[in-house]
Amino acid sequence: MASVTFAPDDRYNAFITTLSEAETGPGRLSGIPVAVKDNISTRGIPTTCASRILAGYIPPYDAHVVTLLKREGAAIVGKTNMDEFGMGTTTENSAFGPTLNPADPTRVPGGSSGGSAAAVASGMVRMALGTDTGGSIRCPAAFCGIVGLKPTYGRVSRYGLIAYANSLEQIGPMARSVEDISLLMEVLTTHDSRDSTTISCPYRHTPDPSVRGLKIGVPEEFFGEGVDPRVAAVVWEAVTRLEQQGAEIVTCRMPSMSFALAAYYVTCTSEASSNLARFDGVRYGPQADTRRPWHESFQDQRREGFGAEVRRRIMLGTFALSSGYYGKYYAKAQAARQQVRNDFVRLFRTVDVIAGPTMPTVAFRLGEKTDPLSMYLSDILTVPANLAGVPAISVPCGTSEGLPVGLQVIGQWFRDEKVIDVAAAYEQGASL
Amino acid sequence: MIEEKDIEHIAMLADIGITKEELPEFTGQFNEILDYFDILDQVEETGASEHELANVFREDEIEPSLPQDEVLANTRDAEDGFFRAPRVM
Repeated sequence: MASVTFAPDDRYNAFITTLSEAETGPGRLSGIPVAVKDNISTRGIPTTCASRILAGYIPPYDAHVVTLLKREGAAIVGKTNMDEFGMGTTTENSAFGPTLNPADPTRVPGGSSGGSAAAVASGMVRMALGTDTGGSIRCPAAFCGIVGLKPTYGRVSRYGLIAYANSLEQIGPMARSVEDISLLMEVLTTHDSRDSTTISCPYRHTPDPSVRGLKIGVPEEFFGEGVDPRVAAVVWEAVTRLEQQGAEIVTCRMPSMSFALAAYYVTCTSEASSNLARFDGVRYGPQADTRRPWHESFQDQRREGFGAEVRRRIMLGTFALSSGYYGKYYAKAQAARQQVRNDFVRLFRTVDVIAGPTMPTVAFRLGEKTDPLSMYLSDILTVPANLAGVPAISVPCGTSEGLPVGLQVIGQWFRDEKVIDVAAAYEQGASL
Repeated sequence: MIEEKDIEHIAMLADIGITKEELPEFTGQFNEILDYFDILDQVEETGASEHELANVFREDEIEPSLPQDEVLANTRDAEDGFFRAPRVM
């Protein structure tokens, strides 16, 4: 079998594990180095979720998406750094140290798929897989100046993705061009009966960079409070450019944005508190002391194995689901989530896609965000797509203070093709 | 208002382990985050989901599963084909 040699200068700490020789075969991705986020299971290759609690864990099976990459000949050259279990917006919450932003190494690359974004942006690999629970593909794509797509919920199998918040997360492609995003989507959307939340909806599409007659909704809330006016101005210019290419811009409102972020954090922490109960040091990871009582042993393992943000989220979720608080937090969050969906249903009766900034600011300085709530607030523009399950892409649209800015395009359920078309139109219009 | 003893209780429920020294910081952060979550009080409970839901069924057919040695490969404490775990009682 042929192989690809991989010896990168990983000055940005993008990888947790690299393979100096990666197998490749015939297929649409033959000979192409692809990086995979380290929460996606790879048979025989350590998979850590950037957590000490999975130290030494080597999955005995491949995630479905990894099987698909291999089937098309891709050379899987490494596993990328991330916020522990996907919990973060900067890739600073990693047991393996932070990843640096190739656009400015004093800045964070965004997160949680920051390693994948940095590996692609720096040219170490042509494409990568990330995962997006509340913006974890689109945020680092925007901060590093690459393209990243969160597919429609149910389009890409999550089999073999180490779960954090099942009802929100999707695996998706990251690359330097929309064309490569499209190529990866063709490979990733093969049906998998092992994930019963997927439906068979193969992506067979060549990007059509035409927006003539397309109606683009621009919610006021995406340019409102908390969004850096300089970032907003760059994104408005990008939207105007699409208008010059023949699209019709329709300003609109998305009232559910006022509680979308709270709904998101209640939901994802609740799901995390249940999902992460499996990490007990018995079947994998640091070994439990079997001479001690169960709870003591379990608590010691988890206090030492999990980072502060993971412990905080497990506790928040445990609290939100606990007796007496379920109605105030979890039940209300689900009602809010329904209103986010309803807003999208209403808007998509009159517009084809929705556009706005991916992130409210440019990349933060390393160590800049210290309190958890201010970190959470920076996810405000990306979480609505996860709450509703709709596809959303981030495409580079210029710079502010010399740092990359991302244009976010959100589409209708299972019309990932349309957001890819709009991103292609912007990309081609911008290069004219 | 959440107090330090509440955080201790939640940490116990979650089997997360917490030290006395960690309590003040976690408690402060919890209160700040929960204050923000109060915005959900304004959400009106809506009726039925507008989402169409469909069951996904399949035949219950036996397929090959992982061999036992591969399942046990990631533990250092296997015995007679089983995982050894801390005592429950």
